[in-house]
Amino acid sequence: MILGVAEHERGRLNERSLEVLTLGRRLAHRLGLPLHAVLVGADAEPLVARLAPYGVAVAHLVQHERLDEYAPAAWAQGLVGIIEAERPQAVLAAGTDRGNEVMAHVAARMALPMAANCTEVEPGERYRVTRLRWGGSLLEESWLGGTVKLLTVAPQAVPAEEAPVLAPAAVKPVTPALAEGDLRVRVTARIEATRGGISLTDARVVVSGGRGVGSPEGFKALEELASLLRGAVGCSRVVTSQGWRPHADQVGQTGTRVAPELYIACGISGAIQHLVGCKGAKRILAINTDPEAPMVARADYAIIGDLHAIIPALNAEIRKANADQPPR
Amino acid sequence: MNVLVCVKRVPAVAGKIMLTADAQEIDTRYLGFTISPHEECAVEEAVRLVAAHGGSGVVLTLGPPAATEQLRDAMALGLDRAVLLETDGREWDPMATAAAIVDAVRAERAAGVEYDLLLFGNEAADTGDYQVGIRVAHALDRPCVTGVKALEVRDGRVVAKREASGGWEIFEVALPAVLTVKEGLNLPRYPSLPGRLRAKKKAIEQIAPQRSGGGLEKARLKPPKERGGQVEILGRGPEAAARAVEIFRALGVL
Ligand SMILES: Cc1cc2nc3c(=O)[nH]c(=O)nc-3n(C[C@H](O)[C@H](O)[C@H](O)COP(=O)(O)OP(=O)(O)OC[C@H]3O[C@@H](n4cnc5c(N)ncnc54)[C@H](O)[C@@H]3O)c2cc1C
Repeated sequence: MILGVAEHERGRLNERSLEVLTLGRRLAHRLGLPLHAVLVGADAEPLVARLAPYGVAVAHLVQHERLDEYAPAAWAQGLVGIIEAERPQAVLAAGTDRGNEVMAHVAARMALPMAANCTEVEPGERYRVTRLRWGGSLLEESWLGGTVKLLTVAPQAVPAEEAPVLAPAAVKPVTPALAEGDLRVRVTARIEATRGGISLTDARVVVSGGRGVGSPEGFKALEELASLLRGAVGCSRVVTSQGWRPHADQVGQTGTRVAPELYIACGISGAIQHLVGCKGAKRILAINTDPEAPMVARADYAIIGDLHAIIPALNAEIRKANADQPPR
Repeated sequence: MNVLVCVKRVPAVAGKIMLTADAQEIDTRYLGFTISPHEECAVEEAVRLVAAHGGSGVVLTLGPPAATEQLRDAMALGLDRAVLLETDGREWDPMATAAAIVDAVRAERAAGVEYDLLLFGNEAADTGDYQVGIRVAHALDRPCVTGVKALEVRDGRVVAKREASGGWEIFEVALPAVLTVKEGLNLPRYPSLPGRLRAKKKAIEQIAPQRSGGGLEKARLKPPKERGGQVEILGRGPEAAARAVEIFRALGVL
């Protein structure tokens, strides 16, 4: 059997899990094995119906009164119990913060190797996996050994795809044997972000600034452009390390990955670590004084010149267009 | 408190990445070397914690002899000692790396040095394995919080925050503990000249680690598919604004 971890937060499914199950189903199909899923924690049962269209034959529900809050080692212990009882050939989770963390705990507990952020998986005695390096600026082909193959799937590497439902998934509740040590690390409190403003990950337009913006004040014009386009402001790493913007705004390998309809890169050279953060954008507009900048070469559209003159002109043009036409 | 920071030497890539002819490594003939931005923050945090709470800060790396460069950089920022787990430069997978670090921590313990806190980057810039810190924590039976972007040490406990969808998750654990941190935790300082001079004179402790474990083996590297497409130059300077607005309309973002 192939086991896919469906990640959820108190009953809200992480969509990446559907990508994991899609890859899991293809793998299971090739091997002639069934696909099982596992959900850890409270409020998971209603999600089983959402997993069935992805080819899940059995959904294991790991339930325990102490699993009301996320606890990585306890989640891992829940998985280890199922792995020991059911002996899957491979276990797949999403390459998210939680997915990578829980699988690494499973790997440590079972003394098994694990491959993080895979994009392709070829089964065999050892699995041949392709996975992200440098946040996706490079790919690595590797051999993954171990009696059970543990791997995580890079976000957006495999589009989620439904399959015909032959039978509803069977539900199998399991109560893990947890030790006190498994619960030493557990969410003890949460701080909800103050609402208002559009988050970088959800925004349809992201206006990002780099070193070329020159100063924190320089971002005023970008803020205005973002608000005219109902978008969010992002930035490059140079900007955060100068302290011009908070790190939460950083787009890239060590920042946020964005996937807007339109990404406007202002005064950003397009270093490879920045590009991996914005390559999910449908369209890219680069504004740069340097026509040879990698950002310009990777863009769909470019305006060559000083952003300090171009962005105010853009803002004025949008205001004019809005005045000509009543707002939608 | 005693803090151990684990870092990894990686090439400082910026533009197009060139591979060696056998596709085993990045061609580093014209590149410098560095550590991951996450690890820079781990080093900075160790310096701050030792300044605030006393004790000593030690930096450790598993890598080739040339990785002494990264160890000296860390000492120049204020760490007291450095340990090199010397390899021949070939890659060790996360299991083998973690096992060697565990051995080193146990050896330090046998020599009377106990660490209250082990700091790692959340993932190395190059391999992005996400597991060395967790494996070390498990072997040493210590709690491990990952992805930490803010932390506070008080009364033998550490309160750590990490970003979660729509806000922050808070974890509170007793020391000794293991934390893997992310960029954004702090703004790393630059080394001072006296710091550099001091670091130059310090000895680096060298250990020949035993390679054990493993099971993830690199076959080759390859470039990803490029974002295709031709760039349309809308114009030079502010007069391109009108054309840009037409495109915003066509894309449905205006
Ligand atoms: C492991 C690792 C991880 C990293 N992670 C990230 C990450 O997550 N995100 C990230 O962004 N970077 C990251 N970096 C850093 C990255 O390599 C670059 O250093 C950074 O992206 C450069 O930022 P920049 O483009 O703003 O600055 P620069 O490279 O200095 O480019 C500035 C650009 O602005 C243009 N310009 C200057 N003035 C003007 C003007 N008046 N009008 C218009 N254009 C102008 C210039 O032509 C140039 O193209 C990482 C690096 C490493 C090693």
